[in-house]
Amino acid sequence: MSTGAFLSPPEHLGGAPFPVRYLFMSESDLLPPLLAADRLEYARGGEPIFGPLDFALPGGRVLVVEGDNGAGKTTLVRMLAGLIQPTAGQLLWQGLPFADSVRPPGSVALLGHALGLKGELSALENLRFRIGLSGVRGGLSLHGALASVGLEGYEDVAVRTLSAGQRKRTALAAMLLSPASLWLMDEPYANLDRQGQVLVDRMLETHRARGGAVLLTSHGLIQPQVSGLSTTRLAVLRA
Amino acid sequence: MTAGSTRAAFTALLRRDLLALWRRRSETLNPLLFAAMVTVLFPLALGPEADKLARVASGVVWVTVLLAGLLTLDSLFRTDAEDGSLDQIVASGQPLALLAFAKILAHWLGAGLPLALAGPLLASLLGLRADAAGTLAVSLALGTPLLSLIGAACAALTVGLRRSGILLALLVLPLAVPVLIFGAGAVEAAQTGANPFPPLVFLAAGLALALPLSPLVCAAALRLQAE
Repeated sequence: MSTGAFLSPPEHLGGAPFPVRYLFMSESDLLPPLLAADRLEYARGGEPIFGPLDFALPGGRVLVVEGDNGAGKTTLVRMLAGLIQPTAGQLLWQGLPFADSVRPPGSVALLGHALGLKGELSALENLRFRIGLSGVRGGLSLHGALASVGLEGYEDVAVRTLSAGQRKRTALAAMLLSPASLWLMDEPYANLDRQGQVLVDRMLETHRARGGAVLLTSHGLIQPQVSGLSTTRLAVLRA
Repeated sequence: MTAGSTRAAFTALLRRDLLALWRRRSETLNPLLFAAMVTVLFPLALGPEADKLARVASGVVWVTVLLAGLLTLDSLFRTDAEDGSLDQIVASGQPLALLAFAKILAHWLGAGLPLALAGPLLASLLGLRADAAGTLAVSLALGTPLLSLIGAACAALTVGLRRSGILLALLVLPLAVPVLIFGAGAVEAAQTGANPFPPLVFLAAGLALALPLSPLVCAAALRLQAE
């Protein structure tokens, strides 16, 4: 039972490694998609969590994964980030089976539920760690990134003392700085005020426009306001 | 656009952990205070005879250092797992064993090294002779990094459990027994005029073995817990 992925491959792959490429006829789409899932499944302790799931995510696209609580959205994001191995099927990174050797460091940026920030360090120190860990996109300074998420003046404040929304913004600044072409965002709108949601949309649009790809999860309450959007739904498999 | 280099990732993680230790420095000092207090308990329990205390001094200090070090182990990977930075570290695609080594190094600098420096001082309070205190310092310099490496592997294995305090101790203590035997044995040898060199060589050999092995175990365990 395949879920309604935005591009389900034909029944048989017909010899072409990526049938998807023929559906988009622009120059960039002659490359294999940045990320593709081929009958991806995950089960924990014999109990299916999601899948089989097929999708292709080319550059310049934003894919929204919707699903109710327990549908496996977070699990899917963690799998795409390389934290979990699929139980069946495979993930392809630019047409090659997923492995650290295929995916160079810093090619995926992850925004999880836990934001990965150290409370006792300042926003600036946290960002400095992130760019050391996975590199930095040119043309943006640490202060510039914090300013563009609306945290000007909070550079040296311990993250522990920031509000939940401000912490989320700090994590968004880390996304801005990341050189990654693929953004994986688990509930990016959670904890954000109206302005923050607009900020996320603006970030998605910029990233999309420069050829990056985004996969984000949502309960379906907030729809991202960006172009190049497609949606797939994860069904809750457990009764 | 600069992709992250492995060296940059290593230094960034080491810096971040040391900075976090510095920000929590009052907490970082607690194991030292614990070690000092436990050492003080022995003269109270055993009586103040100088001979007896001098004879057990090195063993007491070694056990104290081991127990104080245990207190710091649980948080080594747990805080990172809880706040999501472990996910960031694993997902970064950098060699995980090397990053685990950065964390172990930071842990030793924050907990092991201060204990290794305080150990000879505590032992001389118990009346250990100066030359034997020198041997104790060398044995602690070799033994505390070894304890950090052994402890880190166990901490990585238990990081997925909600509370692992006692379990972690039960895992680490048997593995730490050889360290204790050779560490205290070297000082014992120095006190009785024997050659303290062989036990120290065993400690160094253990360290040489654990240095490459422990980060690999940590990396494998951390990958498992991410699931």
